[in-house]
Amino acid sequence: MIQVAKRFIEFIIFLLLLSFISFIFIKLAPGDPVKQMLQVDEVSVTKEQIEALREELKLHEPIYVQYWYWLKRFFEFDLGHSYITKQPVVSELLSRFPATITLTCTSLIVMILISIPLGTLSALYKNKWVDHICRLFALVGSSIPSFWLGLLFIELFAVQLGLLPSMGKGTIQHVILPSLTLGIAMSAVYVRLLRSSLLESLNEDYVKAARARGISEKRIFLFHVFRRSLIPVITIFGMSLGSLISGTVVIEVLFAYPGIGKMVVDAIIRRDYPVIQGYVLFITILIVLINIFVDICCRYLNPEIRLKGVERR
Amino acid sequence: MFRQMYWTHSRTLLFILFAFFLVILTAPLLAPYDPLQINMNERLLKPSAEHFFGTDYLGRDLFSRILAGGQVTVGTSILVLGIVLLIGVPLGMFSGFVGGRFDRYLMRIIDAFLAFPDFIVAIVLSGILGPGMLNLIFAIVVAKWGSYVRLVRSTVLSEKEKDYILMAVVNGLSTFQIIRKHLLPHVVGNVFVLATLDLGKIILLIASLSYIGLGAQPPTPEWGAMLNESTPYFHTSPYLMFIPGIAIMFTVLVSNLAGDVLRDRFDVKG
Repeated sequence: MIQVAKRFIEFIIFLLLLSFISFIFIKLAPGDPVKQMLQVDEVSVTKEQIEALREELKLHEPIYVQYWYWLKRFFEFDLGHSYITKQPVVSELLSRFPATITLTCTSLIVMILISIPLGTLSALYKNKWVDHICRLFALVGSSIPSFWLGLLFIELFAVQLGLLPSMGKGTIQHVILPSLTLGIAMSAVYVRLLRSSLLESLNEDYVKAARARGISEKRIFLFHVFRRSLIPVITIFGMSLGSLISGTVVIEVLFAYPGIGKMVVDAIIRRDYPVIQGYVLFITILIVLINIFVDICCRYLNPEIRLKGVERR
Repeated sequence: MFRQMYWTHSRTLLFILFAFFLVILTAPLLAPYDPLQINMNERLLKPSAEHFFGTDYLGRDLFSRILAGGQVTVGTSILVLGIVLLIGVPLGMFSGFVGGRFDRYLMRIIDAFLAFPDFIVAIVLSGILGPGMLNLIFAIVVAKWGSYVRLVRSTVLSEKEKDYILMAVVNGLSTFQIIRKHLLPHVVGNVFVLATLDLGKIILLIASLSYIGLGAQPPTPEWGAMLNESTPYFHTSPYLMFIPGIAIMFTVLVSNLAGDVLRDRFDVKG
């Protein structure tokens, strides 16, 4: 419990720091925010309008007062409006976030469906041809650029065979190609990880003991080795959940899939600062929360870490 | 002993690795055409004896562009690794050897950096600084430096307690001499393995970010950027899609293989 509380306090401090950095960032952004906000389709803006908006945004106040106002708006979930679409950044983020989460989850399923069977086969048939094929898959999979794999899939399934749509969102069909691409690209790492973790467990003394007692190989593998081997895999998986979310960025751009990754890349190219700032805040908070969550889960799953933590204190 | 093992057993492998990257870095000298030369009369030509890999939508020779792109991508990756090593090795050694408050604070900062995936750091930084190759280099350095400081620090920490260092202290060697003569050789091997393993990841990072338009900008012949540029022509000229992709994959494959072999041989935990 103390650990959790400690993490929570750290999180609050982190939030304050982050808010300060992003405030500075938006202040340093080139161009006059007032002019940017008023500019709609080349309509000329009068001096009075600019002055009025400046007054409204409190840009005449000293910088620390501005930061205070900004912080107040930050905790009211008001991150300003996009320069391009003129929509509030928060609502834009929230409306696109479910699409990214969907993609992350479906890719995760693909990843698990590939890496667990391949990793297990690879370990069970160590140095046989099955193992060599699985390892070759892992090696090639970790060397192939995910976006290129996606391009190949588009060419094959969308253009040549005409089976699946190559871009957009809406139906289940739209999610299949992106999640296949990301899932395959991510699974390579886990095939290797599961293989080495299983091989390590298979050499442990308790396996020999179980064999000596005449327990069937199948039972030993399923109930002893496999369960134990999942702990390091889950730990590393939790740590790389963030990189799974970051992997969606390229895939979203490639498939024109309207998630937050596509949104931020468009914003960066068009220099739409409020959106970039909103994304930066959103993604950093998300990743920190994921890390805290994974940390707590690992403590729960693996008593070794828990005990070590006690020792340190 | 480590050093001896390192030089005798993996000499062949290192030689092949160096040869491969040397070829990539110097290959543009062999390019038959100027990779930036636009020739609208020779647009989208299929691969032939004159243009080994055909030409792109502006009539530029794809073979020359692939060669030049290798220099850009691999050269940039090696440059990034060089900068990271220049920051990471001294900082890690100092932090590990001196320890104390400096070490504690530095580790906290690195923990914070390493919590974020490389790709997110790169996106966030190019969001703040704007798209472009220089900003991308900066972003990858920011994403990577922490893991090298950590590795070097942990190597130094495990060696520091051994008797021969105590012996050196007793014999009156200065801190600098101990670091240079006794600790550096241990660090070099580990760092080299991690750098080889990272090379492939960095190449992929640069290509991916250039593909989504945040890295190298056209007309720079970077492999990812080339794929991005020629997207509308994939259907009619599929070689524009296959060749740069295979180039990326092959280069990354070679560095991953080399990294794996080196890691297994030295049993480094990165």
